[in-house]
Amino acid sequence: MTFADWISQPVNWVFIIIGGTVLITGFRVVTAKNLVHAALFLVGALAGTAGLFLLLSAEFVAWVLVLVYIGAVIVLFLFGIMITRAPTGFDEGLDANKKLMPAVLSIAVFVMMAWASIDAFGTALIASTGTPTSTDLIGESLFGRFVIPFEVVSFVLLAALIGGITIARRDLTPAEEEERAAV
Amino acid sequence: MLLSQFLVLAAALFAMGVYGLLVRRNIVLILLSVELMLTAVNINLVAFESYLVTAEAIGQIFAIFVITVAAAEVGIGLAIVLMIFRNRKSANVDDLSLMRW
Repeated sequence: MTFADWISQPVNWVFIIIGGTVLITGFRVVTAKNLVHAALFLVGALAGTAGLFLLLSAEFVAWVLVLVYIGAVIVLFLFGIMITRAPTGFDEGLDANKKLMPAVLSIAVFVMMAWASIDAFGTALIASTGTPTSTDLIGESLFGRFVIPFEVVSFVLLAALIGGITIARRDLTPAEEEERAAV
Repeated sequence: MLLSQFLVLAAALFAMGVYGLLVRRNIVLILLSVELMLTAVNINLVAFESYLVTAEAIGQIFAIFVITVAAAEVGIGLAIVLMIFRNRKSANVDDLSLMRW
C-alpha cells in the first residue's frame, strides 16, 4: 500500500486529525509549566484517545474512558493539585534540570517500539466492519468467560477505596479522641 | 486503516509518558505521566482487538480492566501524595530523600 492509497481514505484523515491532537496535547502534558494546564491537556489527550476508540469501532470502551477518566480521574487530579497547594501559577521548578538523558531515553523507547511494530505488522490492515462492537457482546463476555477477573478487579477497587480513605485520613489528636468519645 | 499506524501512535504516547516520568519533579505530574502510558497501552489493546476480531471482544475487556486498575491506582496514589504533603509540606520528589542511601 502506497502513501497515496493510504491518504485517499477519509478514515485516515480523521486518524491524522485525532492522532495529531493526541500527540500535541500529550506532549504538552509532559512539558506544560503549569500544573493545572498539564491536567487539562491530559483531558485533550484522553478525549482524542476516545475518538480513536470510536474509529476502531470500540464504542463502549470509548465512553467508559470518557466517563471514568475525564469524568472522575481528572477531577481527582485537580483536587490533588488544589489540596497539595501546589503552585498553580507558572513554575520553573516543576522539571528536573537534566533533561537530555530522559529525552534521549524516551526517543530510544519510541524508535524501538515503533520499529518493532512496523517490522511485525507493517502492512496489516484493520478491516473496518462499520458496525461498533455491541455492548451486548462485551457484557456477555464480561459476565461469562471473564467473570472471575471481573470479581478480582472489583475487589481491587474495594481495597483501593478502603486504602485511600485509611491513608488520607488524619489521625486524631488525643484531645480530639476524648471529645469524640464523650459524644 | 493500517494496524501499525495505531501502534506507532501508542508508542509515541508511551515515550512521552516515559519522558514525563523521568523529567517531572512534582508527584502529581508524575502520576499524570503514568496515566499517559496506561492510555497508550489501552490504544494498543483496542487496536489489536479490531485487527484480530475475537469472538469475545477480549482486547476491549482488557482495556476496561486496565481503566479500572488505573482508576484505583490514581485514588491510592493521590491519597499517598496527600499524606506525604501533610507530613513533609512538599509534593516534590527531590525533597523526599529520607530513604535515600
